[in-house]
Amino acid sequence: MALLLAALLAGDVVVFAAASLKESFEELGALFEKEHPSAKVRLDLGGSQELRTQLDHGASADLFASADEVQMDSLARHTLVLAPAVFARNELVVIVPGNAPPLALDDLPRARRIVLGDKAVPVGAYSDRMLAKRGAAFRRSVEAQVVSRELNVRQVLAKVALGEADAAIVYRTDAIAGGTRVRATRIAAADNVFAVYPIAQLKAAPQPGLAADFLRLVLSPRGRATLSRHGFLPP
Amino acid sequence: MSLFKLGFGAAAALLVLFLALPVVALFVTTSASEILLGLRAPLVGPALRLSFFTTTASLAIVVALGTPLAWLLSRSTSRLARAVETAVQLPVVIPPAVAGLALLLAFGRRGLLGGLGLQLAFTTAAVVLAEVFVSAPFYLQAGTAAFRRVDTELLLVARTLGARPLRSFARVALPLALPGLVSGAAMSWARALGEFGATLMFAGNLSGRTQTLPLAIYTAMESDLGAAQSLSLLLVLAAFVLLLIVRSGGPALFGAPRVPR
Repeated sequence: MALLLAALLAGDVVVFAAASLKESFEELGALFEKEHPSAKVRLDLGGSQELRTQLDHGASADLFASADEVQMDSLARHTLVLAPAVFARNELVVIVPGNAPPLALDDLPRARRIVLGDKAVPVGAYSDRMLAKRGAAFRRSVEAQVVSRELNVRQVLAKVALGEADAAIVYRTDAIAGGTRVRATRIAAADNVFAVYPIAQLKAAPQPGLAADFLRLVLSPRGRATLSRHGFLPP
Repeated sequence: MSLFKLGFGAAAALLVLFLALPVVALFVTTSASEILLGLRAPLVGPALRLSFFTTTASLAIVVALGTPLAWLLSRSTSRLARAVETAVQLPVVIPPAVAGLALLLAFGRRGLLGGLGLQLAFTTAAVVLAEVFVSAPFYLQAGTAAFRRVDTELLLVARTLGARPLRSFARVALPLALPGLVSGAAMSWARALGEFGATLMFAGNLSGRTQTLPLAIYTAMESDLGAAQSLSLLLVLAAFVLLLIVRSGGPALFGAPRVPR
């Protein structure tokens, strides 16, 4: 009876998180559950634009962690979220399949089949901006080799990990999560575009107390340390 | 009114309402000017052209290869034919995501046929393959059923009158089965037009090359709802026209089955 009551009182914290946050938020979720034994963290991972669309159309969640400020601002404009806070940044890298020689950004047009994120997906928008910084001609030469624009960064990663694509641009954290199946080459900071990750509690959060606790954990030094272990940069 | 009528009527009305409401919503939550604006979004034109091209190609393949298969299946009583008939219906019940993964593992670079230097994934050809895979069963099922209804006696008569097998097929069986084949082709085309999951996984999502109408709707839904809704309306209208063909137009267009003199 006591157990049943506890289960009823506790409930789930539903966290909508950008696909690139998978491993780090899973770890933070496990940490949170250890400290809140009666609570359960449910992660809904996807392209930030997809999660934002779902929230726009009434999906119920406690927290939203986006890979860009565009999606968060759009929810803020509709007053669906409380004050967002930036909790991490991320850098773009060039990846190739694990058994291929590494590929520098300047050599990217030599890859026969390139996969990028769609322009609507944060990683795709960041990639476009980064390529544009190298000049219109370079961007066109890369775009000529693009065979697919995926709807979240993990789909981009999967195409290279499967060996179906020769190269892609993902976040450094995804390249780390891909392990030995992919090989990453970093991009000089001056040439790169950095992803900004804001997190906010939904105004209509069903579990506002737990949501605030999870938010605090993400922003805490321990949260920072976890994120940094997975390759994220401090905000 | 009896309780029976009332109960059944209520249940029926509820389901009809539920099935109709989403389609109605597609139409009433927009306006003509919004639709026209949505149709001008940059991803619309390429998606329309690509869907038209790939579904035409896949329908041509399905009809060209499916007609002989449907004929053989309809004439054979062997256990192998029954097994094949069941096996080719599998794509209907396989989840599209499974189909996409299976196609990738068969025709992808590291797939079964990848060793042959086949580079099909992420090309327009991959879109056509995915469409053929999911839509062929519809044509085969309708075609096999239509050919089965062709009276064997008529074929025998044609043969005794000196017609060679191909001629008796073309002049007797084909015209008799035509209405069934046409509605099968229409269903098959509709399925190809709507194909989404397998295409997304096997062919990717690139405007002008692999982004068909359903993929464009999915992509636009997250950036330009107006474009997504306009494209959805187009697909609903296309589906409605097809339904009319299948339900009545097919047989009516091609006349009642008749025996050639």
